[in-house]
Parts: sequence; C-alpha cells; structure tokens
Amino acid sequence: MADLTTDFLGIKSPNPFWLASAPPTDKEYNVVRAFKAGWGGVVWKTLGEEGPPVVNVNGPRYGAIWGADRRLLGLNNIELITDRPLEVNLREIKQVKRDWPDRAMIVSIMVPCEEAAWKAILPLVEETGADGIELNFGCPHGMSERGMGSAVGQVPEYIEMVARWCKQNTRMPVIVKLTPNITDIRYPARAAKKGGADAVSLINTISSITSVDLDTFSPEPSIDGKGSHGGYCGPAVKPIALNMVAEIARDPETRGLPISGIGGVTTWRDAAEFLALGAGTVQVCTAAMTYGFKIVEEMKSGLSQYLDDHGMELSDLIGRAVPNVTDWQYLNLNYVTKARIDQDACIKCGRCYAACEDTSHQAISMSEDRVFEVIDEECVACNLCVNVCPVEGCITMEELEAGVVDLRTGKTVEADYANWTTHPNNPAAREAAE
Amino acid sequence: MTNSPFTPGIASARLDPEALDQNFADLHPPLDPHEALVAADRCYFCHDAPCITACPTSIDIPLFIRQIATGTPEAAAKTIFDQNILGGMCARVCPTETLCEEACVREMAEGKPVEIGRLQRFATDTVMEAGVHPYQRAAPTGRTVAVIGAGPAGLACAHRLAMHGHDVTIFEARAKSGGLNEYGIAYYKTVGGFAEAEVDWLLKIGGITIETGKALGPDLTLAGLREQFDAVFLGMGLSGVNALRANGETREGVEDAVEFISDLRQAGDLGALPVGRNVVVIGGGMTAIDAAVQSKLLGAESVTILYRRGRDAMPASRYEQDLAASKGVRIVFNAMPVEILGNGAVTGVRAEYTRSDGHALTGTGETFDVPADQVLKAIGQTLEGAPDELELARGKIAVTGAGKTSVEGVWAGGDCASGGEDLTVTAVAEGRDAAEDIHRALSA
Repeated sequence: MADLTTDFLGIKSPNPFWLASAPPTDKEYNVVRAFKAGWGGVVWKTLGEEGPPVVNVNGPRYGAIWGADRRLLGLNNIELITDRPLEVNLREIKQVKRDWPDRAMIVSIMVPCEEAAWKAILPLVEETGADGIELNFGCPHGMSERGMGSAVGQVPEYIEMVARWCKQNTRMPVIVKLTPNITDIRYPARAAKKGGADAVSLINTISSITSVDLDTFSPEPSIDGKGSHGGYCGPAVKPIALNMVAEIARDPETRGLPISGIGGVTTWRDAAEFLALGAGTVQVCTAAMTYGFKIVEEMKSGLSQYLDDHGMELSDLIGRAVPNVTDWQYLNLNYVTKARIDQDACIKCGRCYAACEDTSHQAISMSEDRVFEVIDEECVACNLCVNVCPVEGCITMEELEAGVVDLRTGKTVEADYANWTTHPNNPAAREAAE
Repeated sequence: MTNSPFTPGIASARLDPEALDQNFADLHPPLDPHEALVAADRCYFCHDAPCITACPTSIDIPLFIRQIATGTPEAAAKTIFDQNILGGMCARVCPTETLCEEACVREMAEGKPVEIGRLQRFATDTVMEAGVHPYQRAAPTGRTVAVIGAGPAGLACAHRLAMHGHDVTIFEARAKSGGLNEYGIAYYKTVGGFAEAEVDWLLKIGGITIETGKALGPDLTLAGLREQFDAVFLGMGLSGVNALRANGETREGVEDAVEFISDLRQAGDLGALPVGRNVVVIGGGMTAIDAAVQSKLLGAESVTILYRRGRDAMPASRYEQDLAASKGVRIVFNAMPVEILGNGAVTGVRAEYTRSDGHALTGTGETFDVPADQVLKAIGQTLEGAPDELELARGKIAVTGAGKTSVEGVWAGGDCASGGEDLTVTAVAEGRDAAEDIHRALSA
C-alpha cells in the first residue's frame, strides 16, 4: 500500500482527501464522523464575524441535475456561511483538533473587506490550534451581495489586499479560495500570490440556475415562487476545475504555488487527475453529500493501488501532467489518428453512425446487417464516435505511423513534430519565413 | 374446498380461491412510475433501431421510450397507437423475447434487453386508464366497409378505416368482440377484463358498428357483402382444429386446447372449472404452453407437454418453455402420440419417440405411456368456411400486397390470411395496412 501521507504547507494529513468547506464540515458531529470514516482533513465551514449569526432561507437550499438512473451530476446551493454562533464553532474546532491531532484542520473565513474585521477574527481562530485558514473569496450567492465571497474574488486587488492583511496578522498558513466566476483564473491567483498567500484552493462554486419549474415558472431551488442563482458543484464542474487548476499550475507567474484542488472530485481517479495537474490535496463535498463519508475508503484504496501499480510515490504524481498542458498552437499537426471499431465489442446500436452521419463527417458506413465501419477517406479523427459509444473501449483512436498515407488528405504522415506556428496556412508563419 | 390436485379424474376446485387468484394474477405486473423511469433510462436511442425493425407494426420504440423518460407517457402512447391501435394488448401478449427485446442491442451487450413490452404497457395504460382516445375521425366519406371478425386484424382495420372517415360494420361470430384477445390468450397475460375494455376504448373513435353472432354463411355471403358495402375485409381467424390422427381420439376427456382456454377466459369462477389430475397437452406452440400452464395453475397434479420435434424446433419461445417449466410443467421433446389409452374415459397417452431427419419425422419404435385424465390438443388451427370464390394458399386465404385477395374489393388479414406469423401484433399490422389500401382504393 502506497503511503498517502500528505504535507501541504507544512500541514500534515494521513491522506490528501479533505472535506471542503461546506455543510458536511459545519459542526463537530459531522467532522468527527468524517474523521472516523478516514478523511485526511477538513476545511471547516466558513465562519463570519462575531455578532448575530447569518440567516438562511427556510425553504430548499439545493437544486440538482441528474444523469442516467438519476445519478446526481450537478448540485447547486443557496446556503450561506455557517449560521451557528462564532463561539460555538470555535469551541468545537478546538475540541476536534485536540481529539484528532493527526488530521488537517483548516478554517474557512469570510468577513467584510476591512482590516479590522480580519484582525478581530484571526486570533480567535488561531487560538483553536487550527492548522491553517482558507479565505472564502468564492461563494457566488448571497454573501456576494454583501460585498464578500466572490465579490472579493472577482477583484484581484481585493484578493491581494486581504491576503496581505491575513499574512501580517497570523502565523497560520493562508489559503485563498478562488471563484471560477471570472474570465481568467490566472489574475486572481497571481493576486493571491502577490499578497503573500501560501496557497490557492479552487474552484468554488459556479453561478447557476439548475432548472425552471415549468408549472410555476420559478427557478430551482424555489423559495416561495422565486429563485436566486446558486453555486454549482459536483461531477459536472470537474472539467472546468481541472482547466483552472492547470492554468495556475503552468502560469510562469504562479508556477509552484501550492494548490488544493476542488470541483467534482467523486472517485480516486478524479482526485488523481487533480493531483497530476498540480494539486497537492483535493477537497470533496458533493460526492460526500451524495453518498456519505464512506466513499473516502474507495478513494484511498484506489489511489494507493494506482501508485503501487505505477511504482510511484504520491509526490511523483503531483504535477506530473502539468508539462503536457499546452496551447493549441503547439499541438502536433503531424499526429494523425483514425477511429477503429472493435466489431467483437460492437453492440450495433448505431449511435456512432448517427453522430457522424448527422452531425459530423460522414465517416462511418452502415451495412444492411448493421456492421459499422470507419471510412478512412473521411475520418478526421474527431473522437465523437468514441464519446457517444455506450461500450467503453469499443471504438478507439489508432495513430497512423509515419510513412503511411492518410487516405483523407492523401498525404504521407510525417514523423517530425510540426505545429501551427510553422504551418504554411498560418499568415504569421509565412511572414516569419519570408 | 372439496378437491385437491390428487383427486382422481377431472374435477373442479382443486385449489382454494386464494391460491387460484394468486396463480392467475398478472404475469408481468405493471411498472410503477419509478420503475418505468429506471427502465426507460436504459434505452440507448439507437439509430435505425433494430427493435423497430423487429416489431411487426414498426412502432418507433426508441422515441416512445424517450417520451416516457422525459415525463410524457401520453405522447409515448400516441407514438405506439399511431402504429398499433392494440398496443395495449400487444404490450401484454407479444412474445417480445423473439421480437423487439430479442433485437435490443442491450440483449447483445448484457443479455438484458430494455423492458420494451412493460414500458409499452406503462405508456398505453396511462392513456387508456384515463379514458382518453387520442384520435378523431376525418370528415365522413359516405363509403362503407364490412369487416368479418372482431379480432385484432378486424379491429385494427376498422379503426384505421373509421379514422379515415369511412363507416365500418364488423360482423363477429361470437358473443364478444376481441377474437383471440378475448378467447384465446392465457388468463394471466391479460387480467382484469382488459381485452373487453380495449375494444370499448378502440370504438370511441366512432363510425364502427359491431354485429355479434354473425359469421359468413348462408345468411351472410361474401357476394351479398360486396353488393352492400364498398369494400370487405376478412379477418375471421382460424376456427377449425387439426385432428390428432391417433387411435382413441374420441375418448372422453380429449378436447381442443383452444376450447379449454376459451372456457377459462370466460369463466366467472375459476374454481368451477374442471381440470384433470393428470393432463397431457399435445403440441408445441403458444396454445400448448398456455393450456399446459393454466392446467397446472388450476391445480392439476401433473401436466406433460408432448412435442414431436426437438426443443429448437418448438414454435413456443424458450421464454415460454421456461415459464411452463417454472410452473411445474414437464415438456417431453421428440415424442408423438400414437394412441389415446382408456376405456371410455381417457387413462393415458401412449407416445413414441421420434427421430427427425431434416424435416421428415419417423418413429423410433420405442414407446412410453403417460397417465392422463385429460388430453388437450394444441396441434394447430385451420381455416374453416372460407367463401369458395377466394383463392387459397397453403390452407389460408391467398393475399398479395397489403392483404388484397383474389376477389376485387375484398381484403384479408390476420390468421386467416396467408403470410406472417399468427400473432396478435402481426394481425394488427395486416389489418392496419389493408385499411390503408382500402382507403386508397376508396379514395381513388
């Protein structure tokens, strides 16, 4: 069994699977259950400033979308930060950290953009013995209307400013949690680094309306016939999160900045992908809210088996895919593939045919007896047939070796790497050549 | 309860009423809405789907399943009824395991097809239970059509003609409409008086009159009908029964399986139906299975099917064979009856093992006896009383194209006509297609 022990900003945890700041980490009872189940750490649900606690809606807080068999694919919420008194949370955090010293205990904080507010809360959190803090600059709903959450995360200058205040006022490592509701994730990440943050975590939830009730015409979740955008998370957001994590990991200005990856982590594979794109830990919420805390067992055994099978240490995995993330212009245009259909695996549903014939390149033939075959003269290797095939591994992409003629273009596949920057059709490339 | 499965001879009330109710309950209970969504989820929405090709009525199955999955079972039902107005009955009685579900790609992928039959029932039940008839007649054409037989072919034909605005009169020999749906299908496949309710629902289209107790004969001749109506459709089915050609066929206790099933379907009280302690069913089709299973369910101690060929040649599907076996019916393959034993009443059947050489069948000389108080013959039905002027093909009314007979203005479909399997769904397709052909002819 591979060792999954994690050291993130000097914060140790027995594994890289943390529960994200969210309903599952709102109180001692849940967090203790999580630690008993084997989670490596938690980010305690966001604390606000001292005073009357925030008030949540008293109707539905969540909306969802589902895939086949009502598998939950996306969840959105309009829940605010913790609505329990600050002192209760602090007391419980302290107790849990004392009882579970080997687990990571990060405390999420969201207070107004005033230095005094941060100065007031930081010592209180520090006193609990927590391992670090996460600045919630991400929540897109509710608190953002009050100038907090994503309202801060959307302004790099504010991120830098608050991160700096925190670094100046606490010994604890500072993680800045970023909102994806921006156009280029690199700017807020750079701001966090400039402000002295020790790490970033991302993504927070995405502004969303999950559905509209077609009888009442209220967005979901519906509160008395009205709806407000919520924060979207779950498996559906993973691709967005992976890209943002990778952008930060490969940005020269933020390269090396520790990242805690968040967004739709549901299985050990999802977690491994975040790690490979540069995350040092992953944070999970929706999967736990869907299936309960026990899923961490599969995550631990799966990641451990994967590392063993590949003869890797956990540290070998982190960032391993980052060098392979590049810009489109550097992709090898001499890499030519063709779809191949395994006739033994094919169940003859014809979805590849419908997809290719109706919406793509007419590169799949269909015989009277439903044999589907790729027409190499037409196949551009778009991969759509692979994606719509219900049988995993039935359709694959086969690389044409150098020297072989691509029947579509009539050109011989070249062995050398060549990209758009040097392609004759690229006006910029022509100018450079002249 | 006075009797038991061990009561000698032929006796009624072998089981108590609760046991009978349980035995004859719905074979495939309807899907509830949750089950329907789960089942619908499994459909891949195949291109040019094999299930559609396999359906004799070419129902757009992927479309109706997608309509169920998206919460519009009413639209799903319309998709079904557009092709098959008896889609409710077909959902219950179709041998889906040899039609749509056999062709389902998930049968190939996992050995577990999408439950098309039960999904079809879910959709059709939704609309029929609400009493909604989703079709209206076109403006009256003033043309009239006579339909002989209110079975699946006749009803499908009549409905489509009525929809096109023609006036239809159906002549039905028996007291009730529905044909084999009413008289010939196993009880547990169509419980709750569904066949009758379906006919009532179908007639809501209007423009169809049914005259029961009327069959072709001296008082109702084809020539007379041709004179009185603009077109005639023959869908009277097969009323004759093949002879066993074994000694002792006339002994007491030997009867036609179709009669046995018909009596059972019409019985108000299943406990009043007599059944043998030891029953032998001769034949290998669905009728043989239905008769054998129902004998067992009525409380017969032992039920044996004798089929003269091997398992693979048996017209009843493997699913039907397994159903029979699961109810305790023994199927003996490669065995043909050579004598009905007994003295007055039946006491047994002497059978001889067979060997098949291609299609030819010869006895091996080795015989065995099976005890029997009741022998049910299920060895096929024959066309009876077809008007002389019609050309026949292999014992059925010869048809070309969409059911055209050799006589001008006369169409035929269903079991009495040549071509196609003798299935409800095939009869519906033939009735429907003949109606379209008749409509074209009348509109010309």
